[in-house]
Amino acid sequence: MFDSSSIIVGLELGTSKVCAVVGEVGEQGMPNIIGLGQCPSHGVRKGEIVNASQTEEDIRNAIVEAEQMANAEIRSVFLGVSGGHVRGFNNRGVHPIVSADREITEEDLQDAIKNAKAINLPAQNHVIHAIRQHFIVDDQDGLTNPVGMLGSRLEVDVHVVHGSLNRLQNAIRTVKGLQLEVEDIVFNGLASSLAVLQRDQKELGALVIDLGGGTTDYVVYAGGIIKHTGVLAVGGDHISNDLAIGLKVPLGRAEQLKLEYGCAILDDSAKGQTIDITNDFGLPMKTISLENLRRIMWLRLEETFELIRRDIEEAGLFDYLRAGVYLTGGGARIPQVAQLAESVLGLPVFVGRSHSLSGLKSALDQPEFATAIGLVRFGANRRPKQKRKPLVQEVAETFRHLLGRR
Amino acid sequence: MSPLQAPGKQSGLLSAATVPKDPHMNAISPEPPAPTITNEPRAVSTLRVFGVGNAGVNIIESLLHKGAGSTDLVAVNADGASLAASAAPVKLHLEPKLLRGLGTGGDPERGRCAAEENFTQLTDACRGAEVVVIVAGLGGGAGTGISPVLARAAKETGAMVLVCSVTPFECEGTRRQRQAQFGLEQLRAVADGVICLPNQKVFKLIDQHTSLLDTFKAANELLADGLRGLLCLLGRQGLMPVHPGELCALLRGRVGESALASVEAHGPNRARDAAEKLLAHPLLDGGQALASAGPVVLGFYGGTDLSMADIQRVVEQINRQCENPQMLVGATVDEAFRDRLTVTLIAARREERAVGTENGAVTDAASRARPASAIGDDTEFLSMTAPTRSRTRLVPPAPTLPLEQVEQAFARQNGTGGRPRKVTSRLRQGTLPLDVVSRGRFDKTEPNIHRGEDLDTPTYLRRGLVLN
Repeated sequence: MFDSSSIIVGLELGTSKVCAVVGEVGEQGMPNIIGLGQCPSHGVRKGEIVNASQTEEDIRNAIVEAEQMANAEIRSVFLGVSGGHVRGFNNRGVHPIVSADREITEEDLQDAIKNAKAINLPAQNHVIHAIRQHFIVDDQDGLTNPVGMLGSRLEVDVHVVHGSLNRLQNAIRTVKGLQLEVEDIVFNGLASSLAVLQRDQKELGALVIDLGGGTTDYVVYAGGIIKHTGVLAVGGDHISNDLAIGLKVPLGRAEQLKLEYGCAILDDSAKGQTIDITNDFGLPMKTISLENLRRIMWLRLEETFELIRRDIEEAGLFDYLRAGVYLTGGGARIPQVAQLAESVLGLPVFVGRSHSLSGLKSALDQPEFATAIGLVRFGANRRPKQKRKPLVQEVAETFRHLLGRR
Repeated sequence: MSPLQAPGKQSGLLSAATVPKDPHMNAISPEPPAPTITNEPRAVSTLRVFGVGNAGVNIIESLLHKGAGSTDLVAVNADGASLAASAAPVKLHLEPKLLRGLGTGGDPERGRCAAEENFTQLTDACRGAEVVVIVAGLGGGAGTGISPVLARAAKETGAMVLVCSVTPFECEGTRRQRQAQFGLEQLRAVADGVICLPNQKVFKLIDQHTSLLDTFKAANELLADGLRGLLCLLGRQGLMPVHPGELCALLRGRVGESALASVEAHGPNRARDAAEKLLAHPLLDGGQALASAGPVVLGFYGGTDLSMADIQRVVEQINRQCENPQMLVGATVDEAFRDRLTVTLIAARREERAVGTENGAVTDAASRARPASAIGDDTEFLSMTAPTRSRTRLVPPAPTLPLEQVEQAFARQNGTGGRPRKVTSRLRQGTLPLDVVSRGRFDKTEPNIHRGEDLDTPTYLRRGLVLN
């Protein structure tokens, strides 16, 4: 049994699956993935819970599986959230430095960030993240850590991700109903990007698109910082639904057809081909056209990428994406989806693998686990690194604290 | 009255009316009540609704059935039969001699003649009203011909003029369309605000078996609903009143169509229901009208239990659909409306570019309809006698515009500015029979509106693709 404080668990309540990933923080602070549990999700639509009791059951199954695999007890999780209500935008906070020596302290920094968070959002909205981008001291731009510098006016640019409080609370309450602590909530798109991107890719500028079951989340990095986030409440579920309507087959069958015959690109090879659907006894029931199936899928996926492209163009960030586009989520498994994304976005497109961590190879290689793995990474960054110090030093520090000296 | 008498009376009236231009100043000054109107003004701002032409009279009729509150309704038509069937309290029968009781025969010029001849009668009918709402179906003779003159008459009494016009179905022929477009230009030039509703949108409501009678009835009902909401908004002194001037300022100079929708909801969840109904309203194209809307006017009409949270909930929902909302919100409370809520929405299309009025025909139309003070009494007198020239049995051709101008005007009217998104919406009309397909597994979820399109509907349906 591990000491549970060194265990970090990422829990994603997805539209197609509930997934828990267990990571163990090593000596150097980088997590190592040691467990994975998943369960098909039944109570989530478009990234939001519609059936709480069913979701609770799914979470329980996933957690139990993860506990068994990691041989650890899970007490708290980092919870991934998404949904059409989540929005991101950039904001600036200002804080005047009033101390006599004009030195910028950590408190000033926190005050500036607090000011940046105080935006005129509707009362029922909750700020999920306020990610600092740059500090500006007396119009000197581009500072990453101004503590200890001198100045009279400290400004900070933050990227704020916010969502509807009630809907976020729904997910948190469901998890808490299972006697699990929620340490923090994290935007799914951000988590995916943490799993997939290395430092140099963030510096060069990259777009991470998480093609989930119910939502498509995307995050833009440029110059090492998060510049833009967005959510489209469109995902793999929509493809299945389109197929069900277009081919006039039941939803379950549409899902199956998507997995078996689906492809992101419509090419000549599909022309004139047909698929025979058989019933439970193996008797032919219906014949559908492969071309129609592919066309419906292609149109939906192309539209999704088109909407993302338009959004990023409007944000003026298209020229910053020099490292290319990374696809994660179950949608990244659709054959030739990278090719389609390349043709729509005009950038090199890769299927993202979680290279930034170590551990279970089977989990890290799958794009659909990127979000949960990223949650573990987020948790590792968030938790203070606890190094065991010699007893003498610890006692000395306690006394120094009591005396109020720094 | 005899045509000989008319000019003298008019010119006298004009010189009196041109001095005070501010409608409020004029409304305060005591005026003798007009002989045709027996009702004394009672609301704070007096509203008078004129139904002009057959369509206008019919809409007034629907309005009367629904209960119009404390507004004066006046039916104006050149056709005696239609007026006789109407239940409006005040009726104005404009009949010049050449018509012989046969109506205008679809010729706006005749309607115009009839109105100019009885100009004083119209002015009298408008007197005492602060806001005049003209309801007319454009494209025919009476509605297109009379309403610009009536608008001018109302302006001269110092009233604020708001026009609700209906344009004909596309299948009614280009001549009617062209006449409607012409009438619309004239009305824009003289009225303070024009709300233009294309009948074509009613097509979304009806199926293939709906009879012609029912179709027009449905169109009238919809408009009457919206109109009633609008009247409530303007007529009663609300908690958050919308001044007619404010409304007109928002609508002034808007080109193309607007949308007018009114919904009613009951019960404890009425705010949510009302917002949902509004977003699903056929006249709003499922939210598409909102996405391309510039100014949006929202009127709430509820009981004493109408809460601020209710208002906020609806406004927020609407706000989310608009790209850059310029919103005007009004609320009225009525004791009798307990547990009920009516929400009226007026959305005008966003300004894309100025109207191309440089061409001769349109400016001609505009200057003909412009009030006297702009030109001077003498010229106005001339231009007013001018129409009598066309007293001939010959039906003059519809007002002519070059073909590309007409197309341009229609493109503007339908809002097809050549942008690709609009093309898809146009294509979607072709697949209406398929629209009965539900949203499948997303049936019960919140609509996923993104730039005016519901993303839950399959893409191929929205693009109008037919699968073989």
